[in-house]
Amino acid sequence: MTGAPEPTPVHPPGTDHFRIGVDGRHIPAEAGQTVGAAMLAAGIRSWRTTRFAAKPRGLFCGIGVCFDCLVTVNGTPSLRACLVDARPDDEVSTT
Amino acid sequence: MSELRPSDVVVIGAGVVGAACAHYAARAGLSVTVLDRGPVAGGTTGAGEGNLLVSDKQPGPELELALLSLRLWAELADGEHDFEYQRKGGLIVARTDAEASAMAATAATQRARGIIAHAVDAADLPAYEPHLSPDLTGATHYPQDAQVQPALAAAALLRSGVRLHTGVTVTGFRRGRDDRVLGVRTSHGELAAGAVVNAAGTWSGAVAALAGVSLPILPRRGFVLVTEPLPPMVRHKVYAASYSGDVAGDDADLASSAVVEGTPAGTILIGASRERVGFDRSFPIPVLRRLAAQAIELFPFLAGVSVLRAYRGFRPYCPDHLPVIGPDPRVPGLWHACGHEGAGVGLAPATGHLVARGLTGKDPEFDPTPFAPTRFAEVSS
Amino acid sequence: MIHDLVVVGAGPAGLTAAVTAAGFGLRVAVLDAGSRAGGQYHRHRAGRPPAWPPLARLHTVEHLAEHRVWAVERVADGFAVHAVAGEREGTPVTVTGRRLLLATGAYDRQLPFPGWDLPGVLTAGGAQALIKGNGVAPGRRAVVAGTGPFLLPVAVALADAGVEVSAVLEASRPTPRAAALAPHSPARVVEAAGYAVALARRRIPYRTGRAVIAAHGDHTGLTSVTVARLDADWRPRPGTADELDCDTLAVGYGFTPQLELAEQLGCATTPDGFVAVDARQATDIPGLSAAGESTGIGGVHLAAAEGESAGYAIAGRTPPRALLRRRAALTRFAAGLRALYPVRPGWLSWSDPDTLVCRCEEVPRGRIEDAARLGADDVRSVKLLTRAGMGWCQGRMCAEATACVLSDVLDRPIAAPPPTRPIGVPIRLGDLAQGAS
Repeated sequence: MTGAPEPTPVHPPGTDHFRIGVDGRHIPAEAGQTVGAAMLAAGIRSWRTTRFAAKPRGLFCGIGVCFDCLVTVNGTPSLRACLVDARPDDEVSTT
Repeated sequence: MSELRPSDVVVIGAGVVGAACAHYAARAGLSVTVLDRGPVAGGTTGAGEGNLLVSDKQPGPELELALLSLRLWAELADGEHDFEYQRKGGLIVARTDAEASAMAATAATQRARGIIAHAVDAADLPAYEPHLSPDLTGATHYPQDAQVQPALAAAALLRSGVRLHTGVTVTGFRRGRDDRVLGVRTSHGELAAGAVVNAAGTWSGAVAALAGVSLPILPRRGFVLVTEPLPPMVRHKVYAASYSGDVAGDDADLASSAVVEGTPAGTILIGASRERVGFDRSFPIPVLRRLAAQAIELFPFLAGVSVLRAYRGFRPYCPDHLPVIGPDPRVPGLWHACGHEGAGVGLAPATGHLVARGLTGKDPEFDPTPFAPTRFAEVSS
Repeated sequence: MIHDLVVVGAGPAGLTAAVTAAGFGLRVAVLDAGSRAGGQYHRHRAGRPPAWPPLARLHTVEHLAEHRVWAVERVADGFAVHAVAGEREGTPVTVTGRRLLLATGAYDRQLPFPGWDLPGVLTAGGAQALIKGNGVAPGRRAVVAGTGPFLLPVAVALADAGVEVSAVLEASRPTPRAAALAPHSPARVVEAAGYAVALARRRIPYRTGRAVIAAHGDHTGLTSVTVARLDADWRPRPGTADELDCDTLAVGYGFTPQLELAEQLGCATTPDGFVAVDARQATDIPGLSAAGESTGIGGVHLAAAEGESAGYAIAGRTPPRALLRRRAALTRFAAGLRALYPVRPGWLSWSDPDTLVCRCEEVPRGRIEDAARLGADDVRSVKLLTRAGMGWCQGRMCAEATACVLSDVLDRPIAAPPPTRPIGVPIRLGDLAQGAS
């Protein structure tokens, strides 16, 4: 998990706000936002390394097709961060 | 495409068996051309898991072929080509006491032929496979079982001074006096040859028919499920004791038992089903469901693992489960190397070796009579 | 319970078809992978649905959100659609219908170039999804590159989300012939002109005949891209390379249809690789229809017109003539538009032997070329020899590029065949095993 330029959220915070954990760090998320979008909004843009060359990967297709953005959420592995909606107190772990 | 040139030997089929025939024939000094209507390993070879097994074979001619092949594969793997040769070992597991005692009896007869087969108590199973179900009653470990990546292996065998033409369909044979084969006619012209080897796998019956003879080779469909890549979880080829019964069975209906193994790429391969349904290319969901359920029964952790894909192949099945290897006395100059069912990768080098010795007039290493093309009831045209 | 109609995909085509058929009294179920109906075009944030009429009629159908369809099969009285419900743990679900409509859409086509696997490189559709569906800007400074009219709304959306868009780089040079399309669909031309104005107002340069030919970065991801002018075949013109700093690249070279479910049913495809349908969106399989981008890339308006036509036809009604006329005009317009943005083979010169083609299995271009020399002469045999296309995405990102690399080595045209994916999307073995006999 590596940091990068921290983009700002497009819309001002709404009412349905909560936090999720990513490898022990807490980041903000909104209802209806995907885990991957919340991570990117928090400045996390790479969270997986490839199994042969250990290259960093994060979101790519963003719509569930490429499987580059896989994460483990609350112990369930191999979930697409771009599709899984964040829920309060989710614990996301990356590899 | 480069020109078809007259050759000592034409091999029909660029699967692993054809590739092995070509490889050993070329090594024996013959000029060899391999023809395939599709690409390299485009048929059953590409749909196989690449098993080199002695564990599933009873003492007899097929086991002799398998033992010679194991030796030859190890030798080929020492060469310059990498085709992911692994001596991973096989582990046959029993779920009931009855299965366990039948398994032990088979192992005893195999040991008498020199196969290494270690009985493994249920309590010792975790040392072999830490993620196996705790409900199993015992196992037999076969350290000689090995694996190659079949498409890479076929491609490697074809890189030995062999001329390869893919996308070329054989449409007939050129015949001379005494009906002797003088070559083949193809979609891309004629090609003269001193001998022609029919290594067309599941489609060998159709090739034989072009020469006016029959071979009773039928497709026996099988499916493999492939999981997501994982850290190593399954070390051996692990399969249920009922598998060997399925292989030897003659039922046209679906027979399936769990076969589970890891690959160097991290995926886990799950088989194995057998059905005689012709070349039906569909993927019936009940068969895929059953393969999944049987695999989970052996390895409960698999329930939470994703399957990414499934593929199908058509094994070349002969009624007596033995391949057809050798010259066809009905058509001088025509040789067969086909009908290996699900063991084509395992048996390929020995098959190629036998054929190459025959083509160069040398004595075979062992009696080839059980593989004779004319052993079936004659239904020739 | 068996539905009169099951629709896969709740985008413009699928949902329009569903609510149209439901309006005639049919019992309709719509399965969709997304958590909110609308598909890629009408993607929206939770609680903020766009003013799109079919969404207001969502209650007239059974909308099954977060349903990943992994297989479809013909059964005695119609079709069975096998899905897993829920993006997390998941529950296996089978929905049956007398009729089936596939509206599975398309995703951005990618052409590999050095660095395209760096985090920060996003598909154009992915960049837009982040903004539209999540309210998240993907970065601070972006370049938009590729080909086709879709690049324009993506650039505008990025700018409106507060991202500095350095440029839109259109690899083609579409302008001279674009005017010829006007008679077919004036409204669409005005729409395109509107985007041109929108770009100008946001001071985003729109440059044609240019592409990102390499991306650069470090372990955190993208930091810059190399941009070059292209010749007519898309080969970089010598001496034109320039480097642009950016943390985001949104890239797409047209679209690839999602065909695996149609392929599972064995339905006929067109020579250019789409589901073949007639004027009423019927395929060659009785009871099976298809609409939207999987039957030809044509944009949201055509997709909706196709969906509406399908809805009428499936309900046994004759689509209004005005609708059929509109559909026909949009079809012609789409064909003309596609002709303006062809992918040219020179893109192969952007990559080198180490450039990844298959992202999942990390197969570089050089290994595909080696496989061709070993006797691989189609995409499947390349896969067998190299693992390209065997990974998580099942070749969705690389199959077309693999075919192009192969064509280049063998010097003859090679097409990526329609995908054979009996498991349409990954499914847990435990879910697959449920119902095993």
